[in-house]
Amino acid sequence: MKSKILIAVVITASVLTVLNAEARTLIQNKGSDTLVNVAQAWAEKYRDVNPEVAVAVSGGGSGTGIAAMINGTVDIANASRKMKKRELQSAKKRGQNPVEHVVGYDALAVYLHPNNPATSLTLAQLADIYGRKGHAKKWTDIGLEVPGCKGQKIVVVSRQNSSGTYAYFKKAVLGKKGKYRMGTLDMHGSKDVVDLVEKTPCAIGYSGLAYATEHVKLTCITSKAGDTCVNPSVATASDNSYPIARPLFMYTNGQPKGAIKGYLDWINSDAGQCIILQKGYAPIKKVNCK
Amino acid sequence: MSAPLNPNPGCTQDFDRRNLDWYIDKAVQVLVFMGGISAIIFIVGIFLFITKEGIGFLIETLDLHEFFGSPYWEPSDEDAPEYGILALMAGTASVTGLAMLIAIPFSLGTAIYIAEFATGKTREWLKVLVELLAAIPSVVWGFIGLTIMNPLIIELFDIPVGLTVLNAGIILGLMAAPIMTSIAEDALKAVPDRYREAAEAMGATRWQVIFKAVLPAAKNGLLGAILLGVGRGFGETMAVLMATGHAVNIPGSVFDSVRALTATIAAELGETAVGSDHYQVLFTIGIFLFLITFLINLTADLIVRGIKKS
Repeated sequence: MKSKILIAVVITASVLTVLNAEARTLIQNKGSDTLVNVAQAWAEKYRDVNPEVAVAVSGGGSGTGIAAMINGTVDIANASRKMKKRELQSAKKRGQNPVEHVVGYDALAVYLHPNNPATSLTLAQLADIYGRKGHAKKWTDIGLEVPGCKGQKIVVVSRQNSSGTYAYFKKAVLGKKGKYRMGTLDMHGSKDVVDLVEKTPCAIGYSGLAYATEHVKLTCITSKAGDTCVNPSVATASDNSYPIARPLFMYTNGQPKGAIKGYLDWINSDAGQCIILQKGYAPIKKVNCK
Repeated sequence: MSAPLNPNPGCTQDFDRRNLDWYIDKAVQVLVFMGGISAIIFIVGIFLFITKEGIGFLIETLDLHEFFGSPYWEPSDEDAPEYGILALMAGTASVTGLAMLIAIPFSLGTAIYIAEFATGKTREWLKVLVELLAAIPSVVWGFIGLTIMNPLIIELFDIPVGLTVLNAGIILGLMAAPIMTSIAEDALKAVPDRYREAAEAMGATRWQVIFKAVLPAAKNGLLGAILLGVGRGFGETMAVLMATGHAVNIPGSVFDSVRALTATIAAELGETAVGSDHYQVLFTIGIFLFLITFLINLTADLIVRGIKKS
């Protein structure tokens, strides 16, 4: 008798769970590693705001998220770069219609070893260091002398070529047709770049501002010779004065509707934008956070 | 059991009956056969898979002249992607070459000592230790390269970054040496004792016996050992990814950072969209690597088999 009651209880409980799960809407969210921490924080907070909607977040890189959007397996794809023309075409071919939403900005900081005396660099100097057509092989080529750097050789630190950060920095610094020079050390994560620069006096690297530590130096960036230089910060990224700040995107299939629209609207509200600010990225508008 | 049709009336047992034992026997036969040919099935399967993923691109889009002749590797560029693996090949070749320069004397020395000089417990201990060295996971080797060798090389050679050909070459040499040692030792052991006895009877010294009699007789086996070491170096991924600095570069000296073919696949495949050009070109590199290691191992195997027959 007892066991029958137990079985009945278990069955009722599981039926209720199933019904409950069906009542909740699940949003699949995938992509950029730059955005993954923020996306997770959003998903967690949104559980309190709207318990009817559950958001499942996973990383894997901008490419992975966009590929999932093309294949139609996610509701929202996170990307730290725009979708390429070819990617848009193949999405259209499969009946998907990706719509872009800017959810924040990320300032790409240029990192130097604390020994490096440079206080500001121009975009032209960066192109000279990073570009295939650049001439700066040694720090002395741009008029600097770095103490502790053997032979003054510039150790150029970059990212692996599937990263959204790599693609954005190339476009912003080297121009649309620009290419990176050979021999850059291609690190596999934003944090690895900062770690290597920290240990190498000769090094220069780029990564999101959120990865800054007190053991590395951030440079002030000048767009054109003669302009005043702009320090990377959340404020300069959101007012567009910092020259290498990139938008962070979320892609949906078609204009968002229902639960997805509710979620994106909340992300763009003050509450959502305060979370991205806490994580070290720039919000899309001025927000008042407690 | 007195069936009238029994052709052998003296025998009461029906040997033709398909009882449980018969089925077990057949099942085991099939299982063992499957186990035996599974290696062939897997290798053919893997080859078909990587070919299927890469062949379309290889035939339609890829310019073989650029692929093998250009040092520029920028497959993710939106407007003008570049698919040159010359620098990657130079990276793999330089690291493997240096590794062999280190591993060959090291492993031959160890093999000669184990096979010709060491006796009793020393010999057994050495063999166990060499095998233990072969069991260290490659990511641990990579870690050693990154955290121990890197600052050491910076300090010793006064260069800005220690993630270089030298670093990866030493790591890879140490990784390949144990395998080469065991095979070389087998080859030396396979030389009949009468060779040694004949040489000693002629008044040869210990060194002369080894150098003039044993080594020439074991020549093929030793060559096989070296080739297997080369194959190991070519295919190694994780340690090389961590210790080379991962920079597309044609090295001018052992103090330059490079990037290996295998490490490129490992670093980039995870983030490419399935079926894209970038994805397919990585599989094309996979086909290329597969063919090279296959050729090296096949040659090594043929050489080693050659001595066993003669």
